[in-house]
Amino acid sequence: MNDREGLILELTHLLNSQRLAVLSTHGAGKPYASLVSFAATPDLMQLLFATTRSTRKYANLTSESRAAMLVDNRSNEESDIHSAMAVTATGVVGEISDIERVEALTPYLERHPYLKDFVNSPSCAFLKLTVETYYLVRRFQNVVEIHMPS
Amino acid sequence: MTLILPIERIRDEDRPKVGGKAYSLASLWKAGFNVPTALCVTSDAYDDYATSTGIRERILMEIHRKAFADMRWEEMWDASLRIRNMFLTTPMPKPLKDTLGDMIAKCFAENTVAVRSSAPGEDSAKASFAGLHDSYVNVRGTDAILENVRKVWASLWSDAALLYRRELGLDPEKSTMAVVIQEMVLGDRSGVAFCRSPMDPSQAVIESVYGLNQGLVDGTVEPDRWILERISGNILSHMQPDRDRWVTPTVDGATLEDLPPEMAPHSPLNGEDVEAVYRAAMALEKHFGSPQDVEWTFREGGLYLLQSRPITTGTGAETGDDRSWYLSLSRSFDNLRVLRQKIEKDLIPAILREASDLKSIALEALSPDELSHEIERRSLVHKKWVETYWRDFIPFAHGARLFGQVYNDAVRPSDPYEFMSLLAATEMESLKRNRLLEDMASEIRESLELRQVLESGDPADADPSFLKRLDDFVSNYGQVICQAPPSAECRVHVCGILLRMAAARPTATVRKDISALTEKFLSHFEGKKRDETMEMLNLARASYRLRDDDNIYLGRIESELDKAVALAEARLLVDPGMEGDRGSYEELLSRVKKKAYVPQSAESSATENTDFDIRPRQLTGQPAGPGLGEGPARVVSKASDLTEFQSGEVLVCEAVDPAMTFVVPLCAGIVERRGGMLIHGAIIAREYGLPCVTRVPDATSLIKAGDRVTVDGYLGIVIFGLDATR
Repeated sequence: MNDREGLILELTHLLNSQRLAVLSTHGAGKPYASLVSFAATPDLMQLLFATTRSTRKYANLTSESRAAMLVDNRSNEESDIHSAMAVTATGVVGEISDIERVEALTPYLERHPYLKDFVNSPSCAFLKLTVETYYLVRRFQNVVEIHMPS
Repeated sequence: MTLILPIERIRDEDRPKVGGKAYSLASLWKAGFNVPTALCVTSDAYDDYATSTGIRERILMEIHRKAFADMRWEEMWDASLRIRNMFLTTPMPKPLKDTLGDMIAKCFAENTVAVRSSAPGEDSAKASFAGLHDSYVNVRGTDAILENVRKVWASLWSDAALLYRRELGLDPEKSTMAVVIQEMVLGDRSGVAFCRSPMDPSQAVIESVYGLNQGLVDGTVEPDRWILERISGNILSHMQPDRDRWVTPTVDGATLEDLPPEMAPHSPLNGEDVEAVYRAAMALEKHFGSPQDVEWTFREGGLYLLQSRPITTGTGAETGDDRSWYLSLSRSFDNLRVLRQKIEKDLIPAILREASDLKSIALEALSPDELSHEIERRSLVHKKWVETYWRDFIPFAHGARLFGQVYNDAVRPSDPYEFMSLLAATEMESLKRNRLLEDMASEIRESLELRQVLESGDPADADPSFLKRLDDFVSNYGQVICQAPPSAECRVHVCGILLRMAAARPTATVRKDISALTEKFLSHFEGKKRDETMEMLNLARASYRLRDDDNIYLGRIESELDKAVALAEARLLVDPGMEGDRGSYEELLSRVKKKAYVPQSAESSATENTDFDIRPRQLTGQPAGPGLGEGPARVVSKASDLTEFQSGEVLVCEAVDPAMTFVVPLCAGIVERRGGMLIHGAIIAREYGLPCVTRVPDATSLIKAGDRVTVDGYLGIVIFGLDATR
């Protein structure tokens, strides 16, 4: 396995090992961050999450679809400094269309089976962050950009 | 949490926190064997220190800068030196110091002690850490004892211990250390006993020296050796060395001295003594239920057992256990002193003489047959010097490391590489070579006419005195720079470098006032110790200098072999019907022709198989030369990449080879995939005051030619796309 394959594998493991991510949005010039239950599609091209349409993050995303999502594996121990990894995904958020929905629900509900009712609720929006770039931080200061094909 | 325990209070359940050595001493004490008074500083104390001072996480950050499995020996040594300095400069928290200090003062008062490692899990039936962790003898006073406890803790992270632990698959994050503080029995005769010989299981072995055991254990004093029949104890043989040295106690440790001449003719043990040691060792085997490796000493006729551990299974060769090799990486000062004599008095004059002899032979005058023989001969000469390089030159590099440890122990500097300023006060061949280049570049800067002549591509029209210097330079260093025998093309190539250097601002190496630093260091030593330390500094300077020069000397031999091969190839080309056996001539050439310098090429890229475009943003390595530098990257994977090197570029490579050093004055910074502060690139970068980051795992595959990068030599990171120098 070469450096690049190892890197993709590490990114995949990180995304698959976590259930929650911090979603960063902004609206009317004000930044906002919120915790969301997410799942990555197997090709890592999209990060899926759900939110009710009455939330601030949904309102923000309606006016500005560009967003960032942070996923990390910290354990709130001192050892995080050398052992924790974090990845920031940046891209554009959009609603998952009816055609895509069945395929997207499978990985999402595999990760979050308890959210079945929530995600199927009419008041809930099932969203995807189409990733343009991942910024992966390892070993305290090691940062690599992974640009996704458009 | 029990921080410290007298050995008589150690119970079975304490074993995981007192380590094998303390546990076996406790066991011997309980069984009534004659063992010195001892305390055990448990692994709880180590854990308390490591956690409360934050040193645990600092160590883990250090060894996780790169995947542990991928770290090379130089990188381990480097990490180990920094970790050792953390222990030296981080005092014990007061509550811990008070708890340990009270018990130590009560138990030993002003008596001298030995401070020994007892890492839990270190002496098992499968692995032996014997010799990999440090022990200190003849230590007096609570403060000094506590200081040595910290040094023993630090040795948990020595390069040899780290390498061995990696080989055994042990997790360094779980490593911990207990320490035995044992009343010093200042024996007049000491030794070791193996209940079962590693060479022949039917035999036992006893070794003995005069004085303390330290000389025997570290290999500086050759012992008398008795081979005994294991079952009966009958002596089968007695090998007697030239008894000329012994280790004796001093005020603050121990010293190697000449053995008084009247003692030299006599063996340290008589027949009765040998029998007493044998009986004690076999009693220990019976007590522990397995053959033991025992350290003992006689004082005024009484036999004391200092430690006992199980003999590990089989020999190193059977188990793939390379502990002895790891141990050989660290050489004693005495060993290095002898090696230095050999290198400076014999090997360097010999290699220079041989290169000069080869150079004086007029190859063109040789017949095809004679040229064949000459190539064979040169090939053998080259092989001989390559072997010498690995056997003698490389191990001598340990001199600089040993000095670094002595310096840091004495001075406790915040920068663990401060000592390198003292080593750099020495002249290296590659710097001499670069200065010759800079002198010629400076001449070009001042003479428009000379520059125009060189730019025209025909240096033959240049001023005769300049031309002579140029030709002398090409003759001496052309091989190293052009990776081919000196030639007209090489001369043009050197002119290209000179023109680029002339276009850039003049370069100079960094010269520091080192006299104050030298005095600061030497002020920690007095009398004879000061003289010895000065000698060690001289030896370290020689070691540092040779680390660079040996490659250049070897390059000269290589150059002469290449010349003969090139001539033979040329003859084959122009005279297809040449005399002699053409087939064997060709065979000879293909056999001796060496591959040109080709550093390890970048690995194939995963992006070719996927659609992901991976770009580095910031890579972490090791700070190896302080400073900030920014510029386009020049990724050097083959010799010809160097010919295009432009002033202000950042050199990115596997490792700076001495052949690359000539471009260093043109660099804005250096990034290397390999690590180590004492590797060539780091040494040269410090000499020129250039920012340098080493040990960047993906450097040559992730950094692309032309990428704009900032080299942060303070933090050891490489940043892409941003000019962090502004």
